Order: sequence, then C-alpha cells, then structure tokens
Amino acid sequence: MRGMRILLRILGLAWRRPRHMTSAYVALIASSGFALVVPRLLGNTVDEVLRGGNFSEVVQLALLILLVSAGRGVFAYGQTYLSEWTGQLVAYDLRNSIFNKLQRLSFSYHDGQQTGDQMSRATADVEAIRNFVQGGLLRALNIFILVFGAAGLLFFLNWRLALVGLLFVPIVAYRSAVVSLSLREVWTYILRVTGKMTTVMQENLAGARVVRAFGAQEHEKQKFDVVITDLAESHLKANRRQVFNSSFIQIMFGAATVAILWFGGMEIVNGRLTPGELTQFIFYLGLIQGPVRMSGMILNNFSRAVSAGQRIFEVLDSPSPVADKEGAVPVERVKGHVRFEDVSFAYAKEPVLDHVSFEAEPGQVVALLGMPGSGKTTVVHLLPRFYDATDGRVTIDGMDTRDFTLESLRRNIGIAMQDVFLFSATMADNIAYGRPGTTREEVERAAKIAQLHDFIVSQPDGYETWIGERGITLSGGQRQRLAIARTVLLDPPVLVLDDSTSSVDASTEHLLRTALTEVMRGRTTFVIAHRLSTVRSADVILVLDEGRIAEQGRHDELVERDGLYRKLYELQLLPAEPTIDQLAADSGKGVRP
Amino acid sequence: MMGWHGHGFGGGGGWRGMGGRMGALDEEGELGAFYNHRVVSRLITYIMPHKGLAILSLLTMLITTATIVVQPWIIKLSIDELVDAPSRGDVGALAFVMGLFVANICVRFVANYMYQTTLARVSQGVLYTLRSRIFAHLQRLSTSFYDKNEVGRIMSRGQNDVNQLQEFLNLVISSLADMLSLFGIILAMFLLDVQLALITLTVVPVLIGIMVVWQRIAWGTFMRVRQAIAIVNANLQENISGVRVVQALNREETNMRRFDQVNNGHLDANLHASRLSAALMPTVEILTAVAIGLVVVFGGSMAINGTMEVSVIVAFALYVQRFFDPIRNLTMQYTQFQRAMTSGVRIFALLDTPVEVADKKDAVELPPVRGDVALDDVRFHYVPDVEVVRGVSLDVKAGETVALVGETGAGKTTLVALLNRFYDVTGGRITIDGYDLRDVTQDSLARQTAMVLQEPFLFSGSIRDNIAYNHAEAPLETVEEAARAVGAHEFIMKLPEGYDTPVSERGQSLSVGQRQLISFARALLADPRILVLDEATANIDSYSESLIQQALTEVFKDRTSFVIAHRLSTIRNADRIVVLGHGQVLEQGTHDSLMSAGGAYANLYNAYFAAGAGVREEAGG
Repeated sequence: MRGMRILLRILGLAWRRPRHMTSAYVALIASSGFALVVPRLLGNTVDEVLRGGNFSEVVQLALLILLVSAGRGVFAYGQTYLSEWTGQLVAYDLRNSIFNKLQRLSFSYHDGQQTGDQMSRATADVEAIRNFVQGGLLRALNIFILVFGAAGLLFFLNWRLALVGLLFVPIVAYRSAVVSLSLREVWTYILRVTGKMTTVMQENLAGARVVRAFGAQEHEKQKFDVVITDLAESHLKANRRQVFNSSFIQIMFGAATVAILWFGGMEIVNGRLTPGELTQFIFYLGLIQGPVRMSGMILNNFSRAVSAGQRIFEVLDSPSPVADKEGAVPVERVKGHVRFEDVSFAYAKEPVLDHVSFEAEPGQVVALLGMPGSGKTTVVHLLPRFYDATDGRVTIDGMDTRDFTLESLRRNIGIAMQDVFLFSATMADNIAYGRPGTTREEVERAAKIAQLHDFIVSQPDGYETWIGERGITLSGGQRQRLAIARTVLLDPPVLVLDDSTSSVDASTEHLLRTALTEVMRGRTTFVIAHRLSTVRSADVILVLDEGRIAEQGRHDELVERDGLYRKLYELQLLPAEPTIDQLAADSGKGVRP
Repeated sequence: MMGWHGHGFGGGGGWRGMGGRMGALDEEGELGAFYNHRVVSRLITYIMPHKGLAILSLLTMLITTATIVVQPWIIKLSIDELVDAPSRGDVGALAFVMGLFVANICVRFVANYMYQTTLARVSQGVLYTLRSRIFAHLQRLSTSFYDKNEVGRIMSRGQNDVNQLQEFLNLVISSLADMLSLFGIILAMFLLDVQLALITLTVVPVLIGIMVVWQRIAWGTFMRVRQAIAIVNANLQENISGVRVVQALNREETNMRRFDQVNNGHLDANLHASRLSAALMPTVEILTAVAIGLVVVFGGSMAINGTMEVSVIVAFALYVQRFFDPIRNLTMQYTQFQRAMTSGVRIFALLDTPVEVADKKDAVELPPVRGDVALDDVRFHYVPDVEVVRGVSLDVKAGETVALVGETGAGKTTLVALLNRFYDVTGGRITIDGYDLRDVTQDSLARQTAMVLQEPFLFSGSIRDNIAYNHAEAPLETVEEAARAVGAHEFIMKLPEGYDTPVSERGQSLSVGQRQLISFARALLADPRILVLDEATANIDSYSESLIQQALTEVFKDRTSFVIAHRLSTIRNADRIVVLGHGQVLEQGTHDSLMSAGGAYANLYNAYFAAGAGVREEAGG
C-alpha cells in the first residue's frame, strides 16, 4: 500500500534522531504509566470512605495522587517538548532536502513546474508532516498504551465488566480507519483546489494591466468564483465526515459508560464489585476518552501527512538527468575550444536538435541564427549542461562536458540570457551573485565594463540600492547590463549571450553594444544573434533550421550562397534600420525643442 | 510571506515609481491589540447573511455544552443508587437514571453534529464572501495600486490573512463553548456542595495568575517564530523562481548554506517556543492534582463524618478533570486572537483602499463607437506638482493610425495609459465620439479598446484560451483567423497539441516573440475600435517582429490605433506622427508634412541616412 510506504518513510525521517525519539517514547511511556495509577487511587478513596475508614488513610491517598500527578506532569513536559523537537527537526530536514533538491534539479524538471505549487510543497506540506510527527506519531503510542493499559487493569479487576465496557474500542477503531481513508481523498482534493486558487489570484494580479485593458474583470471574477465555491464545498465535505466521526466516537463512549454503570450496578448488587471499583472503571473510561477522541484528529493528521508526503517525496525522488558522473573531474580553467559532435536532443520525445556538429576555436565568436524554435537556445543550453544531449557529445578542450564536475563546468561558462532574474538584494549583491564575497572594487569594475556603474552611482544608495521584490525597478536595458556585469565578474572563458532585446532608448542601445563588445574580448562567445553588426563580425555563423544546421560559415561566404542565410538576412536582418532614438543620439540632436 | 527588509519604492521611467506612496498598503505591526472593535463589528456584518445558521450553531453549542456538564451529575446519581442497591436489591431507580444517560447521549450526538456542521457552514460562507469581495475589489482597483504594491504582498492578504480569519471564527465559537462549560461546571459544583466548591476553586486564581505571566513571556517568542517563517518562505520563493539563474551562476552551494542558516534560525525560534508551551503541561497537571487532592482530603473527611455522600466526591473529581481544559484553551488562544485581529485590520485595509478610477454614479454604457478620439488640454501628474503630461490636445479621426514619438520620459506611455483610463486625467479631458471617458462605465470602454504591452502576459490555460481571453465563446475558426492574421498560426500548429497546447507559468515553453504574437492575436480577436500598442515589439526577436510588421496593416485596418514604436518603417507608415517632448506636443503631421516643416522630426529623419552609413561602416570594419 502506498500510504503505508509513505508512513514508513516519514517514520524513517523521525528515527534519524534515535536519541530524541527514544527519549520521547520513554517520557511518553512513563507519563502514560503514571496516568494509569490515578483512577486506581480514586477508586480506593471511595471504598475507603464507604468503609468508614480513617482520615489519615485518606490524606495518604491524596498525597499519593499529588505525587503521581507531579511525576506525570514532568514526564508529560519531556514528552511534549521532545516530540515537538523531533517534529521541528523533521521539518527542518525536509525543508533543507527540498530546497537542495530543487536547486539541483535540472531545467527539464523546472520547465514542467509552477513556482506556487513548489512553494506549497516546501511550506504547507512540510507543515502537515511536522504536525503528524509531533502530534500523531507519538500520540498514537500514547493512545495505545493508555487503551491497552486501562484494558489490562480493568480485566484484572473484573473481566466481565471490562469486556462490556471496552467493546466499543474495536468498533471505533474500524470506523475511524474507514473515515480516514475517505478523508484523505478529500484533503488531497482540497490541496489541489487551494493551489488552483493561488494560481488564479497570482495571475490575475501579475496580469492586472492585461485584465483591465481587456475589461475582463467579470471573466476573472467568475473564474475565481468557481474555484472558491469548490474550495468551500470541499471543506464542508471534509468537515461533515470529520464531525460525524467524532460524534460517533462520543456516542460510543457514552454507550460504554451506560453499559458499565448498568452491568456494574448488577455486579454490585450481586456482591462481585465494590462501588470504589466501579468508580475506577468510570475514571479509566474518562482517561481513555480524550485519547480515543483525539484518534480522529490523528487519523486526520495522518491522511494529511500521507498526501503531503506523497507530494514531497515526488520532488525528492525526481531523478535529475543532469548530475555529476562518477569520476567526474573538476577542471580549472578551460581554453575554450568547443566542439559539438553529432549532437541530438529531444525534449519530451519531441526532437529539437538533429545531429548538430560544429567547432569553435578559443576566442572565436559563434553567431546562432534561425527562426524561433529552430533550436538556437537549446544549443547554448547544452553547453553548461542545463540539459544533456540525448545523442552525440559536446566537448570543451577535447573533454566531454559530462566528464566535468557540473560545478567546474558551469564556472567556466558565463550566460547572460534574455530573462534576467533579480534577487531581492542590493545592487552589489546582485552583481556578485555568482561569486559572493567579491570585493567592492571588483564589483565596480564589472559594473563599469557592463556600462552600469554610472546608473548605480546616480542612485541615492549607490551599490547598496535594493532591487528585486521590494526595491527599485530596473528597465529592460538595465537588467540586461546587470546580467552582463554578473557574467563579467565570473570571468568565464566561454560566454553565451543573447542580443535580442532591441532596447528602448538610444543611450541604452549604445551602452549595451559597448558593453557586449568589451565582454566578448578574449572569450569563446556564443551569441543568439538578432543584429546585423553581431552577425557580420562573427567568426562562425550557424544557421539553424528545425534543429539542423542548414548552413555555416562567415557572413561573406553565406550571403553569396543563395540559401537560408540569405533569406533570413533579407527578412530580418536587412531592415536593421536604426531606431529613431538612436538616430537622435547619433546625430547629436535630441528631439528636444 | 511578509517582507523583512522594510523599504520599497518604485523607480525608473514611465508610470512606475512615479506614484509616491499614496495607495500603498501599510505593513501593520505583526501583532496588535487583543480586541479591535472595528474589525469585530465588520466581521459581524459578514456573519449577518448567515444569521439563521449562526443562531442555530450557537443554540446547538449551548445544548452540547449542557449535556457535557450534566454527565458527571448523572454518574453521581447512579452511584447514589448503587451504594444503596445491595441492601435494597432493587435496580428500578438505576434503570431510570440510565434512561436519563442514554437520552443525554442521544441529545448530545445530534446537538454536537449540528453545532459543528452549522458552524462550518457559517465560517465557510463568511470566507467565501471575504475571498470573493477581496478579489472583486482587486479587480476594481486602478493600475496605480498595482504600481505600488507587489503581487506577493497582496497575495499574502488574500490568502494568509483570510486563513487566519477562518481559524479565528472557529476560535470565537469554541472559546465561547469553553467559557460556557467553565461556567456550567462552577455552577454544578456549587449546587453539589458549596463548601467543597469553594475549597476546590481556590486553585483557579493560582492557575490564572500563572497563565497571565506565561502569556507575557511567550508573546515575544511566538512573534519571533512568525518572523522566522516569513524569512524562510521569502528565501524559498526567490530561489525557486530564480533557480535557472542560480544554476547558471553556480550559486547552489552558497544558497543551500544560506538557506540552512535561515532554516536553522526558524528551528531555534520554534524550539524556544515549544519549551515554553510544553511548560504549561506539568503546571496544569500538578494544579489538577492539588484540586483533586483537596477534594479527596476534605470531601473524604466530610464523607467519613457522614456530612457528604461519597458520590459527590466522585462527581467533584470528574468536574475537576473537566475544569482545566477550557482554561488552558483560552490562554492558548490569546495569541491566535491577536493575530486574527491584525489579519482583520489588514484585510479591511485592503478592502477599504479607495478605487481611484471608479465609475461615476450616473455613468452610461459607451455605445458602439466609430473611434474619434479627442484630447483636450490633457494634463496628468502622479505626484502633485510634477506634471508628466502638460496640456496635450489632439484630434484623431476614426480609423487613423497615430504614432507617438519621443524620448524616454516624454510622456508617451502615460498618454496611452490615460487613453485606456488606467488613470484619470488631472486636467482637461479625453473623449471618444464625444463621450468623456469619465462619463462612461469602465467595462463598456474596455470592451471597445485593447492594448498590447511591452511584456506579453499569458494566463495558464491553452493557447486557445489565451487568444480568446474574455471571449470564451469564440469558435476555433475565429481564434485561428486571429492567429493567422498576426502570423502566429504556423508555429502554433507545430506545437504538440496545436491550439490546445497548455501555456505554462510565464509561458516558459514559448519564446518571448511567440508570446507576444499570441497577445497580438488576443488583441485582434477582441476586435477593438481603439487599439494601443505600447512598445509592443521592443522585446521580441527580429523574426517575430518581421511577422508582426507584416501583420500590422491588417491589425490597424478600420480602427483607431495609437502606436509607440521605434522602427522608422512603422512610424513612417502612420497616418499621423505626434512628436512629444516633456509632456507636450512638439509637432504633428504626416511624414511628408513633417519633413517639409523641417522641425525635430525632419532632423531625425535626415539623420537616418547618415546613421545608416555609420552602421554599414561599423559592420564592415
């Protein structure tokens, strides 16, 4: 059974700290043991009083009760604290494992995932498991000891009455198991709907302008309404089942009390039981009432934990196709001789690259050209092994990239892509993101090369200016130069760039171009090219068409040949007229009056 | 996921960052007052529609509590019978007491079930209304609100705070139940024996004293736990959404180390908190034992002296056992109460955020228009005294294509935002077919306008859903037609599931150009009378751009269009070119007329040939 396997895995996580778990269990057994003594003492009191016994006996009993309860209290403290400790440690471990796993999983995994969903696995699902470990796993034993302990003592006292009084325990256990199964389904469903609600809201907020521009507020409201109606109904469904179950447990408990009082009464009439012993029965029932009632909650916790565990282990068990090979070697600094040898790549069985071969000498500039979807991005993604080739091999300085350690391979390759992600941190930290602990001088040098320094120092906080989530917003051109600065700082021998952003204003355009030229110097550079100037000055132009290299060579050669390059050149490169702002900048006369 | 570094402000050009802090959501302190009358009375208005159910819930709760409090008394009665039974040998009276017990159980079952389910229905109903009102309000808020508040912060109000309130509702009722049962138990004790009740209850002030002190100590700790989890979540969020950059820059090790630190901080805070909360256990346990000891000693001696029934001792012991749980619950819920109040304050602050651009009371539906757009001395500022648009007047005939030209900061983007009424003008007026934008409903205006923005935004769903956004009824042919017109059909058909291919988050599987083509198709399918392209081609690859260039004629046909673009060819082909500078119109006219006028535009255009030569030179060298 899958639920069982997940439970065992959660148990395994908890038992990673055997000392904690053992002490928690010892404390639990002790506190349950003490708890089992109190009803006995109360029963004795009743008999003592009925016998018309003496006062000092009663005082003794009272002191004993106090002593036993104090013992129980101390061990209960230990048990509660230790179980919370264990639960928190499990959550801590899980969070770290998920985080580390997600950091390591290759692009093909992340391509199919939504951030919100990943977040809820790392937060809500971890929380569910913590709850179960700390509340369920240990309490289950608590229930077990109390129920069986009480049962044993009662059987010893009067087995007939015990049989009558404890008949309800197996019934309750069975019912709860059934309910737990059906609750698990509902909870899994609720989790899914909650995720959907998050997505709808998130998208609605992120796309607020689009929603308004299309007057789609009503449409969005309807979309949201469907989800929250479903959410409310599922919650009610879960609630009904849960409440019915807990009410059922109560009624069974009540019935047991009635049975004990009635049959106990008969036993007393027949002289086989004293009123004090009957009192014991009642208090023992009271003792197990709490835990039995809680068993519904534990089952609920358990169902939640199983669905949560399933989602978490799904992440932890996802194989990362891109990982260090055994015997992979860390390579210091490569020269930058890159070869693609008959490389093919399929994405989800969809062929993307088809037997691609080419070579770049150290320091050369390779321009990649082709229609969207022709495989340009894939070619450059194979270099740092964001994906692995399905066939053929990529070598750097003659060595298969899969023989490098990932860390050393990626240290040798710098990528400045179109989608520039900003972290909520200072400008300086964002630039030094790939190499934390870099000196301010180095950061500034990189920013200067990327033509970003002037902008940064124009900000009131300079390099300490916060960007990202809660800081200032950067324009497209500024983001791109930041990406370049990041890369410059790494000083990689192999560089991948994307020059697609035809940036907004003239000065940016100019700055970007200067920055790019500066950065490419002395490195093997791959450029996903959209500009005439880039393509013309490239040492090798690769023209891709549906995953194959249609043509390769230098601009002059290719333009002569009446092939795809020529067509693309005419279609998209030739009208590379300057933008109007650029003209303004170039002519030195702004559009100012 | 609340922020943990306190400052934030916009920056850069356009409409972002110019907004100051007006309309920005304030971050309330983490924990506020224990009771906030405004929050509670507002919440009650949300309960009012479910009045009947709420009253039923309260009533059944009352009955449930009563049945629980009565149980020890029934047990006492049966023990009374049993003590005498062996001498009498008669169980008839016991049978009667048992009958009472069974009745009690049955009533309790029904009452409890009803109480719990009606309570759930009320609280789910309230939550539903809250969620739906929050969402509806978010739809009404103008774009300036979104300029000032990050999605994450709004999300946290829409979700975490609402969840806090959900727990709060349940808590209020269960606290009420706790207080009632406390009251019931005290009452029962006094009815049984006043003297023993007074002796037993001496423990209570001690317990309450301890609880109050504990609460003081625990408060700061629980706050630290909350802050710690916020930091953990922020860290997670960022590293999950930025994972590609993390890997590209080889930052995994550092990030794991940092996360471990943060995670560890969270662990510490929690352990500290659990040490505190576990400390309550022995306290309550020992005090219960003291109370039972008092019952045993005093009750026992009274019973030995014959001034008390032994059954009263049993009943007292049973009551004492039931006595401490409500008190403990009430203390534990204190923090939760505070938290819920804070959440309430934040939710209602969001709901009360004024809608800057709202329909007038007597706003009319904008009838189908031809598309004559007139700007009459339009002025606009985000921050008082800093005018971004300074008296722009334009008269655009239906069907005209107007290109807006000017440097960054000239006011182009603001101007088109005003056209869509993302903001209201602060001076002058904008009319469409003579209707002032402020006199028509936003909905009817939006139905006749469309906009393509610089950053394409796709919703999760299929490509078809995205093109037919807000037009779910559009047949596939119409969708395909729109896609064909902008040149997107071809690549869509190449996708594994064609038009049904799902678009993942931020459309990772599609290139920026492809996403933009889809948003062009979306605008075309909406068939607006007035179309705005705001740098719509600035971020896309040149191939997609060339596709769009070819499609533009089709797109502009028969509608009034405003274009902010940088390609001269787009600009040259416009019916009218408006050159903006510092929020004012510098000159306007057709390409030819502007050329012969010899103004700013002509200078630019003439420079084109010179610059063209420059490019050739650069490329050749």
